[in-house]
Amino acid sequence: MITKNFIRSNTYYDSVTLMMISSKLSAIDGVENAAVMMGSEYNKQLMSDSGLLLEEHMNATPNDMIIGVVAANDEAAAAVQKAVEEALEEKNNQSAAGDIKSKTLEGASRRLQGANFAVVSLPGRYAAREVDKALDHDLNVLLFSDNISVEDEIRLKDKAIGKGLLMMGPDCGTAIINGVSLGFANKVNRGNIGIVAASGTGLQEVSVIVHKAGFGISHAIGTGGRDLKPEVGGRMMLVGLEALSEDQDTDVIVIVTKPPGVEVMKKILLKASMISKPIIGCFLGGDPQLLEESNVVYAKTLEDAGVMAVQVARGEIPRSEWDQDRKQKLEDIATQEKLKYDNQQKYIRGLYSGGTLTYEAMLLGKDMLGTINTNIKMDGTTFLINVEKSYGHTFLDMGDDYFTDGRPHPMIDPRLRLQRMESEIDDPEVAVISFDILLGYGSHEDPAGALLPAIRKAKLKERPITFIATICGTDGDSQGLETQKAKLEDLGVIVMNSNAEASRLALMLV
Amino acid sequence: MSKKSDVFGKPMKVINIGLETFYHSLKEQGVTAAHVEWKPPAGGNDKLLAILDKMK
Repeated sequence: MITKNFIRSNTYYDSVTLMMISSKLSAIDGVENAAVMMGSEYNKQLMSDSGLLLEEHMNATPNDMIIGVVAANDEAAAAVQKAVEEALEEKNNQSAAGDIKSKTLEGASRRLQGANFAVVSLPGRYAAREVDKALDHDLNVLLFSDNISVEDEIRLKDKAIGKGLLMMGPDCGTAIINGVSLGFANKVNRGNIGIVAASGTGLQEVSVIVHKAGFGISHAIGTGGRDLKPEVGGRMMLVGLEALSEDQDTDVIVIVTKPPGVEVMKKILLKASMISKPIIGCFLGGDPQLLEESNVVYAKTLEDAGVMAVQVARGEIPRSEWDQDRKQKLEDIATQEKLKYDNQQKYIRGLYSGGTLTYEAMLLGKDMLGTINTNIKMDGTTFLINVEKSYGHTFLDMGDDYFTDGRPHPMIDPRLRLQRMESEIDDPEVAVISFDILLGYGSHEDPAGALLPAIRKAKLKERPITFIATICGTDGDSQGLETQKAKLEDLGVIVMNSNAEASRLALMLV
Repeated sequence: MSKKSDVFGKPMKVINIGLETFYHSLKEQGVTAAHVEWKPPAGGNDKLLAILDKMK
C-alpha cells in the first residue's frame, strides 16, 4: 500500500460537499482508504490519525484542499484524484444562470438589495465574525454552526436584540419564517400556529403534526440548543414569544424545549402571562405542576403539543388524543408481534437521527424499561461505556457529536446508521429496532430507501425483529411521504403517525 | 434598549454563507437568495486574522 496526497491551494469547498465526495472514493478499485478535506488543524489531525496525511503536508492551510489516499498503486491513487476533480467540476457546472454568488457577505449584501436574512453554517471558529457582519447589515440570522462560545452567543444575541433582529442559534438547524424553510425543515401549510423551539426535530415534529391536521404554521422560530441555559437566560425564547404575540398571523403559540432551570422557567412563564394568545408548552419531561399556576397549557409529548395547538385553533378545549382506543389498537399489534420472538429476544434498540426524538422516546420509556443505555445525557438513564456497542435497551442519537465528528449528520448521510442497524440485527437479544425518518429540505433524498438493506438482511434471519418507524414528513416534501412509507411497509416495517406513538408501541413489545 | 422585530410579513431575501445545500433549498422554494463563496479569511492564518480583527 502507498499513501499519496494531492493538494490544491486556495480552493475552498464546504464540509458537506467534500464529505459526500469522500464517501464515494473508497469504492474505487485498489483504494483502501481515501478522503478529501480542507486543511484546517482539526481536519489535518483526523486525516493524519487515519494514515491519510503525509508528514510533509502537515503545514497545509485551511485554504488548501487535501486529497489523502492509501492505495495499492499509483494508478489507483491517480484515479482518486481524477474522481475528486470530476465531482467538483460537475458541481461547479451545476451553477445555473441567475445564481447570485459573491466572495463576501458585504458583496452579497450589495448585490441582493433589501436582503433581510442570513443563514450561516461555517466552521465554528469563523462563524461569530460573519454573524457580527450580518447583524451590522441588519440581517436576521439563522446560525447553524456550533462550537461557538457562550460569551459570543450572548454578545451576538444582545446585539441582535438591540437592533430588533432575530439571532437563531448557535446550533440551530431549523426555522420557518414567512413560509420559507431555513436550514432543515419540512414543507408545511402556512397557517395561524406559531412555534418557538430550542429543538430542531421537536420543531419539525410539531409542524408536521399541525400540517397533517390541515392547519399551518405562521412562523417557527428556533432559539438554538443552549438558549435556555442559565447563562443565556432564554434570550431568543423571550424574543420569539414577543414576536409571535405581536404577529397578526399567529393565533396560537407552541413552546418546545427541554426543561429549563428554575430561573429561566420563571422568565418564560412571566413573559407568557403577558400574552393573551393561547400558549401550549411542551417541556419534554418538565414537571406539569410548574405550569399549573400559569396560562401555559401542558403538553406531555410533541404529538400532544401539535394536536392541542390545532384543537385550540379550532376553538376546542385542548386535550391529549392518546386515549384508550389507540392504546388498545397498539396492544393488539404488540400481542401478535411478541408471539414471534424467541426466548432470548428482549431488548429495544432505538436508532435516531433527531436528537429531540431520541429524547422523547427515552422519556416515554425510562420508567417502564428499567435501565436505558444511551449516548446522550438524561437523568435516569445510563451513559454507554462504549458507544460502539449497544447493551440492553439502547437508544442512540446518531446526530450527536460523537457520530458526526468529521462526518455529515445522519439526516444528510444515512450510511453510519445503516451500518449500526446491520450490527444490531446480529444481536440475538434484540426484539425491536425503532427509528425515525426525517424528510424535508436539506435531508437525504431517500432516507427510508437507504435503510432497506439492513431490514432485508433482518428478514433473512430465522429470528424475526420488529422494525418500528416514525416519519417526520409531509406530502409536500420532495422525498414523498407516501413513497417513503410504502418502501418501509413493503418490508413489514410498522410505520406510526408520530414519534410518541412509535415509542409507545416499542415499549409494549418488551 | 431593544427594538421590536419587524421581519414578519416581509418578502424573504436570504444570504447563505456556508453549506451550499442550504442555498439550493432556498432556490427550490423560489426564494431570492445569494450564496457567499466563503473562504477562511487571512488565508486561514489565525494569527493574522486576530491582528486584522484588532484593527477594525
